[in-house]
Amino acid sequence: MHTKSLKGLVIPLVSVLAGFIVGAILMLIFGYDPIQNYQNLLIGSLGGIYSIGETLRNMISLILTALGFAVASKAGFFNIGGPGQYLIGWFGAIVFTLKFSYLPAILLIIGALLCGALAGGIWSMIAGILRAYFGTSEVITTIMLNYIILYVVNFAVKSWLASKGSDSSPNIVSKANLNTEFLQHITDNSTFNWGFFIALAVVGLVWFYFNKTKSGFEIQAVGLNESASQYSGISVKKTIIIAMLISGLLAGLGGAIDGLGNYENISVSNNLPNVGYNGMAVALLAAENPIGIVFAALLFSALQIGGLSISVYSNTPSEIVDIVIASIIFFVGIKYAFEIMVKKGWFKGKNKARKGGAK
Amino acid sequence: MEEYVVEMRHITKQFGSYKANNDISLQLGKGEILALLGENGAGKSTLMGMLSGLLQPTEGEILINGQVMKMDNPRDAKKLGIGMVHQHFMLIPAFSVLENIILGDEPTKATKINYKKAALDIKKLAEKYHLDIDINAKVRDITVGMQQRVEIMKALYRQANVFIFDEPTAALTPQEIEQLIKILRALAAEGNSIIFITHKLKEIKEVADRCVVIRMGKVIDTVQVGDTKEETLAEMMVGRKINFAVDKEATDKSETILAINKLNVEAHGLLKVKDLDMTVHSGEIVGVAGVDGNGQSELIEAITGLRKIKKGTVKLKGKELQNLSARKISEAGVGCIPEDRQNVGLILPFTIAENLVLKNYYQKPASQHGLLNYRKINELGRQLIKEFDIRSQGEKEIVGDLSGGNQQKVIVAREISANPDLLIAANPTRGVDIGAIEYIHEKIIEQRNAGRGVLLISFELDEILKLSDRIVVMHEGEIVGEINPKHTSSEELGLMMAGKTPVGQQG
Repeated sequence: MHTKSLKGLVIPLVSVLAGFIVGAILMLIFGYDPIQNYQNLLIGSLGGIYSIGETLRNMISLILTALGFAVASKAGFFNIGGPGQYLIGWFGAIVFTLKFSYLPAILLIIGALLCGALAGGIWSMIAGILRAYFGTSEVITTIMLNYIILYVVNFAVKSWLASKGSDSSPNIVSKANLNTEFLQHITDNSTFNWGFFIALAVVGLVWFYFNKTKSGFEIQAVGLNESASQYSGISVKKTIIIAMLISGLLAGLGGAIDGLGNYENISVSNNLPNVGYNGMAVALLAAENPIGIVFAALLFSALQIGGLSISVYSNTPSEIVDIVIASIIFFVGIKYAFEIMVKKGWFKGKNKARKGGAK
Repeated sequence: MEEYVVEMRHITKQFGSYKANNDISLQLGKGEILALLGENGAGKSTLMGMLSGLLQPTEGEILINGQVMKMDNPRDAKKLGIGMVHQHFMLIPAFSVLENIILGDEPTKATKINYKKAALDIKKLAEKYHLDIDINAKVRDITVGMQQRVEIMKALYRQANVFIFDEPTAALTPQEIEQLIKILRALAAEGNSIIFITHKLKEIKEVADRCVVIRMGKVIDTVQVGDTKEETLAEMMVGRKINFAVDKEATDKSETILAINKLNVEAHGLLKVKDLDMTVHSGEIVGVAGVDGNGQSELIEAITGLRKIKKGTVKLKGKELQNLSARKISEAGVGCIPEDRQNVGLILPFTIAENLVLKNYYQKPASQHGLLNYRKINELGRQLIKEFDIRSQGEKEIVGDLSGGNQQKVIVAREISANPDLLIAANPTRGVDIGAIEYIHEKIIEQRNAGRGVLLISFELDEILKLSDRIVVMHEGEIVGEINPKHTSSEELGLMMAGKTPVGQQG
């Protein structure tokens, strides 16, 4: 609602720059060539139609989990349940596709995506209900729900979906695959899929939700000031539960799209999917602005995809990219330091629009 | 040349392009009580912030005992003997009074804190200045007045000789204010110097020697309090003539607007409102006087649907309201200016227009089919800003950026424009400047004159006495008496508030 103007951009940009500088210094210390490596990173992520396809595909789940985190955060909640909600969404979509494989393609896909999104939403809503009625900290409940769903999904895959001796479900029928032959053809056989357009559409929907709808207004009111919301007649409990439901829906949709468009099955896993956590970082970098999330997701995705090729073209370990990513998150985290610098005029120039509120 | 304890010369403080203080000079002599008078946002706090080391001046210099001093932080100021008694006390509730006083300056014997020596020192000081404090009590258990005395003691204990009091009487009962004034006089008599920040004229007349009036960052005048009338002070502060009298028309009080019967309300397991009966008629302002914490907040919360009612009924024009939702009650015709404007009344990061529709954003014309109509919302905002004289840069300005008085006007505009049958006003003018007080009082009277019921809860006795048609006194959750404001004084009211039934009580 209150789009911050120029000042809002300064901090993420400085954080990103600082992250790259830290990465470069580390590379220099350990005897690797930063310029060469950053060049390889750029080529690996955006240097060709294939790499662009991969980078865009990788953005999908980052965008959706980040949006999920942002919605909860606007209502004042720190939803760490992204990984679990993503996982249950993925699981739900695969189960639906396997069980209703006789449906026509369009119904099958819509059904699977809805099933995954709803599963994520309901899972997250549990934390919302606990918070609304018992005041339980959503930080703790969402972390716990993550582990519960990890093992439930592992158990269900192993004993219900996978054939004997296997750790994965069978693959979904090809008509449900979002990565269609047409897209493979024009993107040099990358995993780019239709989910990308769904994610962009959802970005628009979330923006609309916050800026134009009654319910979005209520969520922001509750997030900014619970007592004032209560006093003005907003049902705080209901709003909390709705926020957590939408938050989970979005992360679950991310899992469902990845399930149909990228993995095509689901396997037993030791760890929670990382994308859920990366989505939080994306949301923080974008200061929870839906449009900003698209760009932050592009950056993270490019770093992740490009990072893979760093170790291919040189002997630099790809972990160096993880350090760059971690540094960026770190610098976003200490944005207070930057805010003070901005206030003291370290970045003289165009940061005059201090009071936001351009609408 | 006479030597001053504190002298501030040509002080200018700039925040960006905004000059909060513009070439201010003032002098404080030994044993003097100097009042610093100005509206909110006039620059009093900024000026004192510089004297107490919190802020550093952009231009100008500060002299302590004739020496130019640079204070980079509050510790430097403390070392120079400058003690600040803040409006919001900086005490730790779980610690005892003694522990709070010595915190940060504990006398030690070997490695242990020497409580005995500390207690002895404090006792001596307390006797010298007639400071009534119980050093063994926990701060959370003592009254606001005593908390303030603890703050004074903290400064004395650190051997301050210059005391800055920031709005010290805001939260005190009349008796406590009297006691504070005695303490101030005792401090000054011992050769200490005092700066007293306030916007209450009566107190200045009573206690201060000289008064510096500040408006919009500049010194308007420095006057001898003895030779200056209250009205003159007020005009200097606001920059125009102030209308103190209120214009109460005769009204028809035949209709019962609010009827409360045997109301019981609990908070944190304690019964805070006990078997309370109350009525408010049309065209009438009923003032509820009482010391903070005697159930007034719970009473308002119960009427407005924010707190569960344990027993009893609340009727608005005969319709039962008890335990309906806050929204239903508001729709039924109850408006409320809440006590805590920043935490309850407003959502500070929202715009003025959004705050103005906070209670009807879900209805036409603000929204339709679940969608907000920002064009209409902003239009409505513009209209109310004009109608209620909210000084701002426009309806899209963030409410948190407005001054306290204008923030309060946003609330007043929202509640009154909804045309409620009953308007509840809880401390409607707390912390707002004289100009806004005058305006808000006018609006409240207007509601009364238009035949609506007004329930006024206030800790400012002058406000209650001035506005009310009837005053009820609340003590420990009960109504302990009803007075006609025309036949009472703030002293009598103060005694009743403390739970003592006055002799010769009138109806």
